[in-house]
Amino acid sequence: MGVNRRTFLKGAAGVVGRAAVPPSTSASQQSATSPVEVDELTTERCGSDFMVDVIKQIGFDYIAANPGSSFRGLHESIINYGKNEKPEFLTCCHEESSVAIAHGYFKIDGRPMAVLAHGTVGLQHAAMAIYNAYCDRVPVYIILGNTLDATNRRPGAEWAHSVQDAAAMVRDYIKWDDTPASLLHFSESAVRAYKIAMTPPMLPVVIVADSDLQENPLAVDTKIRIPKLATPAPPQGDSAAVGEAARLLVAADNPVIIADRVVRSSAGLKNLIELAETLQAAVVDQGGRMNFPSRHPLNQSARGRAAISEADVILGLEVGDLWGATNTVRDQLHKTSRSATKPGAKLISLTTGDLYTKGNYQDFQRFPEVDLAIAADAEATLPSLIEAVKRLITADRRRLFSERGTRLKVAADAVLERLSTDAAYAWDASPISTARLASELWAQIRNEDWSLVNGDLSGWPQRLWTLDKPYHHIGRSGGYGIGYGAPASVGAALANRKYGRLSVNIQNDGDLMYAPGVLWTAAHHHIPLLTVMHNNRAYHQEVMHLQRMANRHNRGIDRPHIGTTIEDPNIDYAKVAQGFGLHAEGPIADPRELGAALKRAIAVVKKGEPALVDVVTQPR
Amino acid sequence: MKTWLLFAIVAVFVTVAVAQTNAPSGNAEKGKQIYTKIGCYECHGREGQGASATGPRIGPNPIPYPRFVSYIRKPTGDMPPYTSKVVPDQDLVDIYAFLQSRPKPPAP
Repeated sequence: MGVNRRTFLKGAAGVVGRAAVPPSTSASQQSATSPVEVDELTTERCGSDFMVDVIKQIGFDYIAANPGSSFRGLHESIINYGKNEKPEFLTCCHEESSVAIAHGYFKIDGRPMAVLAHGTVGLQHAAMAIYNAYCDRVPVYIILGNTLDATNRRPGAEWAHSVQDAAAMVRDYIKWDDTPASLLHFSESAVRAYKIAMTPPMLPVVIVADSDLQENPLAVDTKIRIPKLATPAPPQGDSAAVGEAARLLVAADNPVIIADRVVRSSAGLKNLIELAETLQAAVVDQGGRMNFPSRHPLNQSARGRAAISEADVILGLEVGDLWGATNTVRDQLHKTSRSATKPGAKLISLTTGDLYTKGNYQDFQRFPEVDLAIAADAEATLPSLIEAVKRLITADRRRLFSERGTRLKVAADAVLERLSTDAAYAWDASPISTARLASELWAQIRNEDWSLVNGDLSGWPQRLWTLDKPYHHIGRSGGYGIGYGAPASVGAALANRKYGRLSVNIQNDGDLMYAPGVLWTAAHHHIPLLTVMHNNRAYHQEVMHLQRMANRHNRGIDRPHIGTTIEDPNIDYAKVAQGFGLHAEGPIADPRELGAALKRAIAVVKKGEPALVDVVTQPR
Repeated sequence: MKTWLLFAIVAVFVTVAVAQTNAPSGNAEKGKQIYTKIGCYECHGREGQGASATGPRIGPNPIPYPRFVSYIRKPTGDMPPYTSKVVPDQDLVDIYAFLQSRPKPPAP
């Protein structure tokens, strides 16, 4: 296949050459022997200039990359021909960071960021971050450098950095890829890739920019068409199916809405609130995005299992794991599972997950037995679902809904009171409790226009803070691949910068150690971001897994720290961050010192720079 | 109805109080060391305060001692079992004493 593909590409390149490449170069490329020496040493225009025209027309504000020779032409065209504006080049220290920056950026901005990488070693570094974006339904636009024509490769590194089929390595977890053989082909495929990436389910795409296409001279008056881009409207649910969903929801005694990756916009948030309020239905926000206000009386997330167990109709909106949401698994020597719903409960799924699934990687989770499946984009379908629900509501149902809403408010108030009490336990503990850290942080940011761009802290922010805007929380990594938090935060903070928002990253220590150089990227590009370390000095999830295994095997239950903790020596994250040019303080283990340190760091961030506070915390 | 409910609540509190009072006397300081060493802190926090996804709060008012022991030996949920082969009964007594000794949260 490789030989055929090369032959094909060479032929195709010849076609483009007649249109775009000066005759002398074209002739030398077609030669069966080595090209002859020529005196022509410079050119006013090259293929990568045209690629920049394409990139600009699509509309990227930023392009993230660790520099690489396989895309040196494109890099140069971006910064000189393109004047390093729209897109601006973001200097990254690792391709995993480049992709994760783009991942976080999209979840705030709503538009993809482009990423440049070697088709070989760069993509190998980037692979895990691409998988995270794939699982998290986030489009990242990846352009790979590669030199397909073996006779044009320089000896040494360029051979090691060349590959027959660059995208093959990640094809299982991207939506589409292409290896254009001409500039016109690049133009069409680049626009097509964007369109595909932005059609729900939104997912990463890859375009290979061959180095010969980048570097070959281009006649100054060459005209190559760039296709018009029309991003498709997201698919709405079938009207009959939406009507049936509405009928089930209106007739239900205890409907529950489970929301995962639903809300992309303020309109989406408003519509989900309207649906819930119209039905007076409980909402369980799984936090894949900020789907529902944390203080809304219908928000039952903190008692989600109880709410689901009481439900007679469950509507899952873009739920990545609907089976997991409605079943429990007991992780003992003999694994068992049982339904978490009551007998006869009806299950409705509304998700783009039904529109696109691949086989190899298993992020699609266990098969949920639903009664009604609507393969569509949930956010786009909400308006028609609301209308269908409204049409069916009678006075009797409205009275019942009102009573249900009152009951749910009582339950939500009780949970809120309990959480407030729970948060106070271990209040003065050292290491600092996660609830105390969340409370101290909230006290400092609550009057700002803030955005929690990463971090969980055992769910305390969702339970203690008032989240009521889509950017108040942007979800998690998607694929649970460690190394997402810091770079995704930098990308999200970059997107928040133009709004003057205070971006907050609650950063796990183990996650930061994958590619801490992204802190330098934040400092270099003056990206305002408050990073607060959740430094429990361990890959703590793995400590617990090891503990489980030791207990199960009845041996060595005091040894799970081996290979899982990050101690001896303890990492001084403040010093690490200072080395990258950040304002940084810590380690702070006394909760009484926390408020003042956060205040100082926020003052730095509000001046437009990143800052870090290292907080030594309880494990969870 | 209200009288019945009040009686039930009082009965539960009395039962818990008696059960806790009847717990064997342990060494809280030693219990703290064991609690940390065998990994209880991993899910329940170093002060027994609990965490939403991993383990409930177990201090400063742990469940009655007999239930405490039986759950640790044969948990009905997701918690890993701690058999007497790896944790002797006396260690559980000391852990229980440690959990009882945890400070109550400050007044709001």
